Amino acid sequence: MLGSIITAVLISGAISIILALFMVIADNTIANYGEVEITVNDDKKLKVEGGKPLLKTLMDKEIFIPSACGGRGSCGLCKVKVKNDIGGYLPTELPWINEEEKKENIRLSCQVKVKQDIQIEIPKEYLYVKEFKAKVKNIRELTHDIKEVTLKLIEPEKIDFKAGQFIQFEVPEYELCDESVYRAYSIASKPSQKNIIELEIRFVPNGICTTYIHKHLNEGEIVTINGPYGDFYLRESEREIIFIAGGSGMAPIKSIIADMKEKNIQRKTRYFFGARSKKDLFLTDKMKKFESELDDFKFIPALSEPEEDDNWNGETGLITEVVDNYLDSGENKEAYLCGSPGMIKACVEILTKNGVPENLIYFDEFG
Amino acid sequence: MNFLSAFAIFFAAIFTDNILLTKYLGMCSFLAVSRKVETSWGLGLAVTFVMTFTSAINWVVYNYLLKPRDLEYLRYIIFIVIIAAFVQIVEMIIERVSDVLYASLGIFLPLITVNCSILGVSLFMVIRDYSLINSIAFGLGSGIGWMLAILAMSGIREKMKRSQIPNGLEGAGIALIIAGIMAMAFMGFSGILTLS
Repeated sequence: MLGSIITAVLISGAISIILALFMVIADNTIANYGEVEITVNDDKKLKVEGGKPLLKTLMDKEIFIPSACGGRGSCGLCKVKVKNDIGGYLPTELPWINEEEKKENIRLSCQVKVKQDIQIEIPKEYLYVKEFKAKVKNIRELTHDIKEVTLKLIEPEKIDFKAGQFIQFEVPEYELCDESVYRAYSIASKPSQKNIIELEIRFVPNGICTTYIHKHLNEGEIVTINGPYGDFYLRESEREIIFIAGGSGMAPIKSIIADMKEKNIQRKTRYFFGARSKKDLFLTDKMKKFESELDDFKFIPALSEPEEDDNWNGETGLITEVVDNYLDSGENKEAYLCGSPGMIKACVEILTKNGVPENLIYFDEFG
Repeated sequence: MNFLSAFAIFFAAIFTDNILLTKYLGMCSFLAVSRKVETSWGLGLAVTFVMTFTSAINWVVYNYLLKPRDLEYLRYIIFIVIIAAFVQIVEMIIERVSDVLYASLGIFLPLITVNCSILGVSLFMVIRDYSLINSIAFGLGSGIGWMLAILAMSGIREKMKRSQIPNGLEGAGIALIIAGIMAMAFMGFSGILTLS
């Protein structure tokens, strides 16, 4: 009896060991792609271990490609131009790639695996993107559904960005997501404060990141962010500036205005801010202060549905109507928009109708 | 048991005793991956390959390691472990050779591990006391039979995209009905050859 038990254990053990050996050998031969070389923008050469997705491989080498979904192929943001032939498109990439991009061989870097030497081209500013560890210094409520989160950078201690750019916030695994995900938020603080990042985050019911920040994040905790990204920043010119924002779209505009004040950029500036009622307005005092500090800056909040006890005597109506009334011509103006896709679409229509050229309308759309 | 040549077993496994259509084994991946002929080809080939080789390996392990020591009862777990390891290696090979095939098979590749038709083939071959040659023929035949069934199914489902299906039957519902009708059609082959 005992003998048969021992043989059973021995035999099954021996078979498992042999199979495990085979697996190890296979892992080191078939699944081993050795060291491959990634050439970034024809100049930077990286030696990496092959076999992993391009996005992840680049991340390990501290090159961060923006990606909102964290590499699952569900956001379509992490596009990278590949200059050599690395095989056909995968079915998981196709929903995000249009015909134009196909001609240029633009690939989704989270789906493409690095198995051979590969040459890629990415926007230069991605090379300056870094990952930061930061401590939550302060969380305060700006309105009933928008919170301001102040982060103090720990490692590295300083960030260089242009006012208007955004960072990605890493949400760790918690009840709403079973792996860490990244979400993009605009920086609300000014670039000269290199140690501090302020974010303005509006609560979205069931939003993975907003729920995390509103319900789970506490002061003193350590978070991970990476950035900066984006081409939403003030262009140099002498034109009149029109800012239009709604909700947490305040963030990048506030950063730009604070930056203008510091750099003493005195251009005629009008800032239209759309909200539903008085309880959705915030930072009005700060904006009033800018009005006195800048030569020709006006903050024009507009309420679409003011409540009776709001005692509102400012502009009312949809932000598009208010902007439409203000504009008499689009001449010598440029516009910066930040808000929901619907708001941006409507505002772009109004602006172009009034003669603001489309190439002078810059916007930062919430995903 | 009558003596059956490897040849007869091979054809019987494809037609008269098709493992999918007569035993209804391996339904999970059959239903999940039969939307496109192209992916069905890939999965069909992978299953055939895995079936043929695992039946050979399992035969050797069973007859030389387990049987002489009266350890037949261990066959379930040992067969599964061997199949799992083998599938892992096949997965690595496919990943190396074709990204497109790898991506389209996706999670179904590891699913071959738990594809019951593969374990089924190994168990039938033991129950029916096949010789090594017969087992390989049976594995290869069953694999090709499974591939035939899934190719037919995906062909029909590709055509079906253009037909109007009652709401309640869409997806798995209609697929199971088609599988049933296909199984009945395959019964037309019965009597030509018999297994066991």
